[in-house]
Amino acid sequence: MVDIENVTFSWPGKQEFQVGIDRFSLADSERLLLLGPSGSGKSTLLSLVTGIVSPQQGMVNILGTNLGSLSGSARDRFRAEHFGIIFQMFNLLPYGTAIDNVMLPLQFAPERSNRAAHSGGARHEAHRLLTALGIDETLHNQPAAELSVGQQQRVAAARALIGSPQIIIADEPTSALDRNRQQDFLKLLFSQTAKSGSSVLMVSHDDSHQKWFDRVIYLPEIIKTGETS
Amino acid sequence: MIVLRLALQSLRNRWITAVLTILSIALSVGLLLGVEKVRSAARDSFSSTISGTDLIIGARTGDIQLLLYSVFRLGNATNNMSWKSFSDIAKRSEIKWIVPLSLGDSHRGFRVLATTGDYFKYYKFRDHRALTFANGNKFDDLFDTVIGADVAKALHYQLDDKIIISHGISAIGQKHDTTPFRVSGILKKTGTPVDKTLHISLKAMEAIHVDWRTGYKMPGHSTPAAILRRMPLQTKAITAALVGLKSRMQIFTMQRFVNNYRAEPLSAIIPGLTLYKMWSLVGTAEKALIAVSALVVITAILGMMIMIFSTLNERRREISILRSVGAGPLTIIGLLISEAMILTALGIITGTGILYALLLASRSAIDQHYGIYLTITAPTQNEYLALGAILLGGFIAGLLPAWRAYQVSLADGMIVRK
Repeated sequence: MVDIENVTFSWPGKQEFQVGIDRFSLADSERLLLLGPSGSGKSTLLSLVTGIVSPQQGMVNILGTNLGSLSGSARDRFRAEHFGIIFQMFNLLPYGTAIDNVMLPLQFAPERSNRAAHSGGARHEAHRLLTALGIDETLHNQPAAELSVGQQQRVAAARALIGSPQIIIADEPTSALDRNRQQDFLKLLFSQTAKSGSSVLMVSHDDSHQKWFDRVIYLPEIIKTGETS
Repeated sequence: MIVLRLALQSLRNRWITAVLTILSIALSVGLLLGVEKVRSAARDSFSSTISGTDLIIGARTGDIQLLLYSVFRLGNATNNMSWKSFSDIAKRSEIKWIVPLSLGDSHRGFRVLATTGDYFKYYKFRDHRALTFANGNKFDDLFDTVIGADVAKALHYQLDDKIIISHGISAIGQKHDTTPFRVSGILKKTGTPVDKTLHISLKAMEAIHVDWRTGYKMPGHSTPAAILRRMPLQTKAITAALVGLKSRMQIFTMQRFVNNYRAEPLSAIIPGLTLYKMWSLVGTAEKALIAVSALVVITAILGMMIMIFSTLNERRREISILRSVGAGPLTIIGLLISEAMILTALGIITGTGILYALLLASRSAIDQHYGIYLTITAPTQNEYLALGAILLGGFIAGLLPAWRAYQVSLADGMIVRK
């Protein structure tokens, strides 16, 4: 699914601060938890995996495609097609309705759009996911800004899941939720990914979620950060 | 299309700035088109003041001055032209028609023009249109007058009303009060200085000056109208003459003949040429006016650019979210550019609407005060070009913020800014 080898990367304008990853991989249908404090390079890792940035050296291979061989816009299309991304919070377009937010990625991903259409139509699939994630039917046409934080996070999950992308990326998805809701959220999320067979790559600083995952990696073990010599 | 719907929802959320931007573009578009409309209307009404006249002849003077006082009734002739020269020229074989004009008196601020009945036949304006009567007929009796449409409207005159002509053109001039005139005809509106003129016969002009010497009425002298009617009145001098030639080929020959006329220093001008000369004098001011309104348009577009730039920070999240779900740079750039173009287009539509509404509302007032008749027509090709240029300006104004937004979204990476 995901293979990263001998990668070094530094953000533009911060050349002196470098991130290095010798080896990182994610298997088919695997649930992987990345643990680490902030500043341990998780944003960088996620940006590399999703092809938003390209490494200065090394190889990022996703689903058999070397991201380095793709142009910028091809990487954008690739990302839209194969990744569903859930952010920490505030990740919905606030003016859009829940249903529009969920259907949005399909605009950029023809394959996901096709899959959604085959399971009863895009709109139907969006409604199904929202309901499955515990969003009441009456809220589907509400602007996202009017939903509670917990509800927004479920809408975001539905948006990541629609059209069954191969990889679900979750960046601290539960940190805005209280304990009970965190458990509920993960349970609902995993019941859906199990159905679609997607791999899950989740980043967190909270180690209480370990039991949900097949594998746990401590970020400082795979990411070397430091000044360049 | 969901992306478009979300973009419109985002715009709706910023509706106050959006509406203000549209208004500022609308006002500048209205100004630009308005200036253009008034300019072309002024030019039209100016150049259509006289048509079908080959030459205007008067005492030796500057071209423009002769045109101004003979056709536009502006200023005064420095000298008159003798009746002898007039009849001499009138006898020439090239002449098809010749109409004498005599100016100098006024009525309540409107000029009085003494001429012959031929004036109504040969004077043409705007594409060879002849004068037509709204009411009544041309002068028949010695003390008949034909008044222009504006005179009738402004002074509420009707047929058979009696009016008194003042000597000279100042409001405090002595009055020809022993010789009242009867309104025998009212002309239809022409949009030319004819509308502001009272026409009398050359004989009447002589008649009302019988008791006058060197510009003043002789005390104690007052010849009754009945006697004046029987007097043999002979015009001694006129201000100018309008000439039509049998062939346009003879214009320059005839002009040279008049300019070299021995017995009296005279000038002959070709009206079209002199109108053009005069308009090019005004042309500089005209260009300055257009430049100023173009600058106003540019300012409005810059304002929109600033507006889009300033909302960029608050939209950074929106853009990162779109990027994270797969929107490519073209989508982001397209969104911002289409927002700029939608605002510009709405501004153009609103501005054009406001302008036409204003034109409709103020048309008669402008006509009355400035004698410029604004025809309400669809935008001309030039105006469409200007509107197209403004839309292009909107496109360019969207380009820079769009490019900036894309750069920012790249630098933000996967971090969704709060």
